[in-house]
Amino acid sequence: MTNWAKAAFFAGVATFMAAPIVVIAGVSLNAKKALSFPPRGIGLDWYQALVRDAEWSRALLSSVTIAALAAVVSVALAFPIAWFLWRHRAPWARLVMLLGVAPFVLPPVTTALSFLIFWTSAGLYGAPWTVVVSHGIYFVTLPLVTTMIGFAAIDPAIPEAAAMMGADDGTIMRTVTLPLVGPYIVSGFAFAFVLSLNEYIVAYMTVGFTVETLPIKIFNALRYGYTPIMASASIFFVLVAAVIFGLVARFGDLPKLLGAWARDS
Amino acid sequence: MRRNAGDARGAAVIPTRHYAAILVPAAALILLFAVPFANMVAISFFRPVPGGFYEPAFILDNYRRFLTSFFTHVLGFSFFLAALVAVCSVSIAFPFTYLLTRSARAVQVCWLVFFLAVLSLSEVIIGFAWGTLLSQTAGVTNLLVAVGLMDKAVSLTPSFGALLVALVYQALPYSVLILYPSLSRLDPFLAEAARTLGASPVRTFFGVTVPSQRRSIVATTVMVFVFSLGSYLLPQILGRPQHWTLSVLITDQSIMQANLPFAAAMAIFLVALALILVGLVTLLGRERAAAQ
Repeated sequence: MTNWAKAAFFAGVATFMAAPIVVIAGVSLNAKKALSFPPRGIGLDWYQALVRDAEWSRALLSSVTIAALAAVVSVALAFPIAWFLWRHRAPWARLVMLLGVAPFVLPPVTTALSFLIFWTSAGLYGAPWTVVVSHGIYFVTLPLVTTMIGFAAIDPAIPEAAAMMGADDGTIMRTVTLPLVGPYIVSGFAFAFVLSLNEYIVAYMTVGFTVETLPIKIFNALRYGYTPIMASASIFFVLVAAVIFGLVARFGDLPKLLGAWARDS
Repeated sequence: MRRNAGDARGAAVIPTRHYAAILVPAAALILLFAVPFANMVAISFFRPVPGGFYEPAFILDNYRRFLTSFFTHVLGFSFFLAALVAVCSVSIAFPFTYLLTRSARAVQVCWLVFFLAVLSLSEVIIGFAWGTLLSQTAGVTNLLVAVGLMDKAVSLTPSFGALLVALVYQALPYSVLILYPSLSRLDPFLAEAARTLGASPVRTFFGVTVPSQRRSIVATTVMVFVFSLGSYLLPQILGRPQHWTLSVLITDQSIMQANLPFAAAMAIFLVALALILVGLVTLLGRERAAAQ
């Protein structure tokens, strides 16, 4: 009875969570230009259109480029902070950590507005690279947190042994620290990449009138005329996120990254 | 808990070049996050000039507009909606996460990947997907017509119900992921003891598990409340104008109305509120840690 009830509850949650995705997946397979479900005729035309249509493919390319560069910026800012916090005991450095966590805790609209005002005051409003920097700052929290978890998982005896054998900081970093923390850095990069890819409000407020990212393109299409490409683009997002988080789970320890006890304890 | 490696090697003097590792990113964060934020605070006191500009001043007019009945109405609705979403999603997420942490590890990983994927989805996509699911042409009512429960497919959006459902959809993965750590560390012996003493699973859950996690439930509810207050697109896509929230109003004032000082004042208000609530939750957590 209990198992049956549990299965029913899980099935209910799964249905609720999957329903909108199933419907847009169906719509994206429509052979005709209609937002109907179940689809009338099956075809992958709208996935081809996502790549072939000049406007949509440009939006796709902008989004992927921005996300990749922003994730690089996030990791480049986060890794040294996490390393310093692990290597040295400096209470003031915790303040820098707080500064790194803050962008993600605040309501997105406020962060977006502060970027809008900042880039406008600096006379750089609309420059395409400003969204890369803005996303890099906005998502710095993710690689910061994952990398800190990675450093905390290193057995202190290992770098200590390396130091005793005469390795300097650079050698320890190359041969001990980086290989151990590497998977966590990659996870942080993956989180930042996926979230930047999906981000709307910061992109809209910084470069909304000069660069059309995929979420901005979908929202504009939502207002000025539906097309099933919106559905295929959405499914593209779902697949990218599922594949990337699946890889993180496959090669890393996802429950641990999300705060559960480690596998071995 | 493991301390950092610095402890093991003693509190040595920090080499000067190591400072670069933290000072460069710190400078970037100050210049590109703290300064823009301070700038926004300053502009919230500036005088708006028609045409999208502002002139330096120190006026409280932007904050005084909070007292208008339109604004208090939007604020009241935003709070009511965020609270309703928080209560709904935590009521589903808590029993769900509890059962999830007691499932096989592979099952847990599958669900976590799925929830992370949904959580990362753009609000645009969630709005579009629910808009389609509740539409007349592709919507769920077609299913009811096919089964014979309804005569004609109808559109269920825009409406308050559509907005609420989509917001809960968005908040549910967030709630699960916040509850996951504390529930996965829950002592299994506590529930086992209750079961041994003859309590039913349901009674154990409500009599032992829920009370033992009271603070974690309150903390999660507050976090989800703040999260839902931040929703800026769903009310525009799935709600009617009377369902617009504070976040929508901020977007509207900064882009469409080009009144940056007023938008900034509302943003500061929202941040202050979020920080107070998150601060309270942190204090609550400290108290709990101290009690254990």
